[in-house]
Amino acid sequence: MRRYRALAATLASVPITLFGLILITFLIGRVVPIDPVLAIVGDRAPQDVVARTRLELGLDRPLPEQFIRYVGQLAQGDFGRSVMTSNRVSTDIARFFPATLELATAALLVAVLLGVPLGVYAAVRQGSWVDTVIRVVCLSGYSVPIFVLALLALLVFYATLQWAPGPGRQSVMFDGMVEQRTGLLLVDAALAGEWEAFRDAVKQITLPALVLGLSNMAYIARMTRAFMLESLQGEFVVTAKAKGLSAATVIWRHAFSNILVRLLTVIVLTYAGLLEGAVLTETIFSWPGLGQYLTGSLLNADMNAVLGATLVVGLTYVVLNLLSDLMYRVLDPRVR
Amino acid sequence: MIVTRDWLLTETPASRGQAAWGRRYRLWLQFRRNPLAMAGLIVALSLIVLSLLAPVLATHDPGVQELSNRLARPSVAHWFGTDELGRDVYSRLLYGGRITLGMVVAVVLLVAPLGLAVGCVAGYAGGIWDRLLMRVTDVFLAFPRLILALAFVAALRPGVTSAVAAIALTAWPPYARLARAETLSLRRTDFIAAVRLTGAGAGRIVLRHVAPLCLPSLIVRVTLDMSSIILTAAGLGFLGMGAQPPSPEWGAMIATARRFILEQWWVPTIPGLAIFIASLAFNLLGDGLRDVLDPKQDG
Repeated sequence: MRRYRALAATLASVPITLFGLILITFLIGRVVPIDPVLAIVGDRAPQDVVARTRLELGLDRPLPEQFIRYVGQLAQGDFGRSVMTSNRVSTDIARFFPATLELATAALLVAVLLGVPLGVYAAVRQGSWVDTVIRVVCLSGYSVPIFVLALLALLVFYATLQWAPGPGRQSVMFDGMVEQRTGLLLVDAALAGEWEAFRDAVKQITLPALVLGLSNMAYIARMTRAFMLESLQGEFVVTAKAKGLSAATVIWRHAFSNILVRLLTVIVLTYAGLLEGAVLTETIFSWPGLGQYLTGSLLNADMNAVLGATLVVGLTYVVLNLLSDLMYRVLDPRVR
Repeated sequence: MIVTRDWLLTETPASRGQAAWGRRYRLWLQFRRNPLAMAGLIVALSLIVLSLLAPVLATHDPGVQELSNRLARPSVAHWFGTDELGRDVYSRLLYGGRITLGMVVAVVLLVAPLGLAVGCVAGYAGGIWDRLLMRVTDVFLAFPRLILALAFVAALRPGVTSAVAAIALTAWPPYARLARAETLSLRRTDFIAAVRLTGAGAGRIVLRHVAPLCLPSLIVRVTLDMSSIILTAAGLGFLGMGAQPPSPEWGAMIATARRFILEQWWVPTIPGLAIFIASLAFNLLGDGLRDVLDPKQDG
């Protein structure tokens, strides 16, 4: 019973958080010193056009009424029009979001595949020089500005060693060759059986995914280490060792499988954090994702686009947080 | 009264002051044993001194252009070379340190008291206040930091002041959470009950008894957060939403120099290194402080 009440409380908090998200973006949109009307019609438009546009946008109404209108539009998936691309912002976001999703997923793979073993290893060798080295590597990962890491990666692996292709999501020769279905280039290419294009897409995503993954690996490695240290002190580990099981079995089968649930929640949270790093990574690697859309709109003071993208990122964040919370509740028998 | 090692380490302090200083000295001894943390402390202090002494230490005026000597390699005349307008990179770095550290100090001064206040009030008052304030923090926590900051700066006007305001606005919720958690565990303790019995009001209890005990974990959090403030500030500068050129802010320096990465790689790399070192120093320092002040917290 208690379990359900906690679950209900978690679920009930979601609409309130969403309401807050929308309220914040709405308020940001209203404090802009740039007049939204002038941004659309230009500053040489005749007086009556300006006045008419103001009426059309509902800017003459009181703020609470404008807010209700805004919520109503959002409920229909309408973020307004982008001044820069003159498309609906929702159309733009639908086009750019899959690229970010693809990059973030690839980066998460890198972060997990490197971070988890490093964290386990550091915990097993707690206090040794290996542990110290991993600690310094992790702290460096926290400390390095991702855009600098990305620039250096391009310098070393693209310009100097020529192991990686230049910035971009696709080589020019494959541009537009793959039919869009999911918007995820790797998936689309595989579905279409275009293996040349698939290989090209893999080559293009490797470097940005490595950069983004490496700078987010630190958090996963640290949490893995902390969880493992706790788990390794459990009496069941002593028992397993006393039974004469090999070190690998004790570590992976007994200690590690006990931290899996908590680790999963950490991984989901990292996924949310990757969105932030993606903004900066995308600008360097000319990755046509939401981050590049956001920064491009920022420089053009395209507020509808900025707020739409911000809201979508916020939403993704909320959903992932909720997911991590629910997973913890469902998977961990102690919470039940 | 002579302050000696023995006076500090005595098992039987004669006064409250002696006991307090003895405790601080023991923490310092423990902190000193951690070489990484000490390295962080030394580097962080050096950065502060270097920035404060920038006018004395700079070899050139950070704004003076020398177009005949653009993108020069590091040399005796220009220790870190020159940028795309022939300005001395070393001098610009020193002055840039002032901007970065100034932003960090400004954000921390805004955020730490606010977070502490919100958290203590929510935790101590409980009930509707607690729920209301925590909902507000949840909303702010629902945005990735850089992205909310970007939206705020876009709405105001790009610049150092807006950047500080935007970072502060996105940085306070974790402090409020932390202070609330500490307050909740303190609220039910016997000594708070005793203070209440002597007739102390809620304001006095929170200010004099609860808030000071939240400080250690808050200090740890602030130090660790400084590195993320540095990174966010640099990220905003890099995206053209923070300090504006010709300001020698490190992120902005990289933004204007990034197109030279393939030819004159040191021009964008050197400010990048400065950001990395500053941020790493505060991370090492915070990590060491956590081991000493707040051993139960990890992650």
